Amino acid sequence: MFAKLIIKPATSLDNKTGSWRSGKKPKFLHNKCTGCRMCYLLCPEGCISGSKKFYDVDLDYCKGCGICSVVCPVEDIVMEKE
Amino acid sequence: MKEIIIFARAGQGAITTAQILGSAIVKSGKYAYAFPHFGAARMGAPMNAFLRYDDKPIRLRNQIKIADYSIIVDETLFSFKNPAETLKPQGIAIINSLRNFPLTDTKQIISVPANDISVEITGRPFANTVLLGAFCAVTGIVPIEILYESIKERFKGKAAELNIKLSEAGYKFIKKQ
Amino acid sequence: MKQFLEGAVAIARTVALCRPGVISAYPITPQTHIVEELSSLIANGELNAEFVNVESEHSAASCVLGAVATGVRAYSSTSSQGLLLMAEVLFNIAGMRLPVVMCCVNRAVSAPLNIWNDQQDIMTVRDAGIILLFAETIQEACDLHIQAFKIAEHKEVMLPVIVNIDGYILSHGYEPVELPLQETVDKFLPPYNPAYKLDVDNPVTLGPLSGPEYYLETRYAIQQTMNNEVIKIISQVAKEFTDLFGRESYGLVESYKLDDAETVFVAMGSICGVIKEVVDELRDKGEKVGVVRIISYRPFPNETLVKLVASTKKIIVIEKAISLGSNGPLFTEISSLLYTTHNNKNKPLISGYICGLGGRDVTKEEIVSIYEESKTQSPTAKFINVKQENLGSVI
Repeated sequence: MFAKLIIKPATSLDNKTGSWRSGKKPKFLHNKCTGCRMCYLLCPEGCISGSKKFYDVDLDYCKGCGICSVVCPVEDIVMEKE
Repeated sequence: MKEIIIFARAGQGAITTAQILGSAIVKSGKYAYAFPHFGAARMGAPMNAFLRYDDKPIRLRNQIKIADYSIIVDETLFSFKNPAETLKPQGIAIINSLRNFPLTDTKQIISVPANDISVEITGRPFANTVLLGAFCAVTGIVPIEILYESIKERFKGKAAELNIKLSEAGYKFIKKQ
Repeated sequence: MKQFLEGAVAIARTVALCRPGVISAYPITPQTHIVEELSSLIANGELNAEFVNVESEHSAASCVLGAVATGVRAYSSTSSQGLLLMAEVLFNIAGMRLPVVMCCVNRAVSAPLNIWNDQQDIMTVRDAGIILLFAETIQEACDLHIQAFKIAEHKEVMLPVIVNIDGYILSHGYEPVELPLQETVDKFLPPYNPAYKLDVDNPVTLGPLSGPEYYLETRYAIQQTMNNEVIKIISQVAKEFTDLFGRESYGLVESYKLDDAETVFVAMGSICGVIKEVVDELRDKGEKVGVVRIISYRPFPNETLVKLVASTKKIIVIEKAISLGSNGPLFTEISSLLYTTHNNKNKPLISGYICGLGGRDVTKEEIVSIYEESKTQSPTAKFINVKQENLGSVI
């Protein structure tokens, strides 16, 4: 007899951790983006994606920590109330 | 079932002696069980190897306190003890020694100058295989040729050749007496 | 052909016949000769396997865990303190359902430092979910190793097996041993082909976090496997072994002269040889005695044992281990088994004796005196051969 011991890849996508978010979410303004990719690189959830000068957040997984808005050098990301 | 104790110091080849003799006994169609007992596990420390043999498989695995035969590789282990104490009645001890031991009624202690014999042949005191040859001559448990076979399996090349010479010398020493 | 071999060497050569892909171990007396021989077999090109040198037993166990997880047959061996250092990983191996096979050369546990034989070391991991087998002879130790791989890797089992041999008595003892032919072993033991493994083309996670909603079932599954599948498969594999190799293998327990026995000795490992000698002598004097030798301590062969001792009046448990503050582990096992299964009227009396700790020699005379004492008394955890001169009220 065996219990569930083995996990296939990508199963964590089923855990929509965005539901843990408290209060605020990032808004990408898409005005002054320089394509520096700091938001993409420093997001602890890895839920920011995009290319060139256009990035955005996947709110299914974003926990609203706000790091992206702090590191954005041109203040193109703002935190707003849900 | 017969029991043998080999008294030696670690490094004098007690386990090798027990292994060679045991292997020869097995070759001659009997069962054997050999095992060592160490005190302090370092060179020069007193240690024993034990050997039991019988016509049926050996199940008894405790240490041997008194034996049918004992082989004493290092005489200094018996400075304050009589080799006869290691023997059952009718037992035989073979000791690497120049001394003559007083005869008792029921036990025999046979001295073999194994160190001298070995130094003459190899230049160094390898007493254990000399004593094995003497043991075969005294007890007749295994034919000396089978002992040579077991030595050949245990050692290679020159070492095998020398050890066979040594056991032959031990064998002849007894046969001449 | 029978060869006069040292136990450790015979075991190493048997393991080589089982074709392990990875061997990892850290040397510890008295296990050393096993892995020494295996590493020289690999160095001489006689065994095609990877020997991974590590800095500790914790790493050795981790290494074989990883190897088996990738679908490779792996082997390790240890003793005493080494087993204790492995303990954490051994629970992981069992919990992850990985069929590692190991040999524990049983030795006393420090402090005080003692390199000689008893069976206290393995008792520290008896609850890990590892199948524990105990050998009486060198030949049996070899035979159990071959069976261990087959049991462990069985698709319905997938649990580690530790073959236990008494340190020095079996590991450093020489005995005539029949090593099987490679073809026979190959026929008995097919290549390891697990249903799950770490594979880059088909990625999975083994051993993930398992919260309160999952963990309990992992333990339930091992318990069910042990008590149902493993019990059956050990007997089945022993029978297959006997048929193919032409040498008796007993499976869960060996019973010796039990037919009309009123008193039965229960023990594990090489001490059973000494007990059998005593039983023969007592039988010659007309005493009705027999021996039950436990080969599989985990899983514990409850049903088989209850049947074997059904008409017994007295059980004497002799063991080389003690659960300090309680009883000998085997005694506890037997007494709880009989309490829960036997009807109240015919329960045999049980006495428990502890002997041979730290390599103290156990003689035939001591076994005889235990038997005599058991006619009038039923002690629990009674130490035999205690030297009063070694004891005092201060250190």
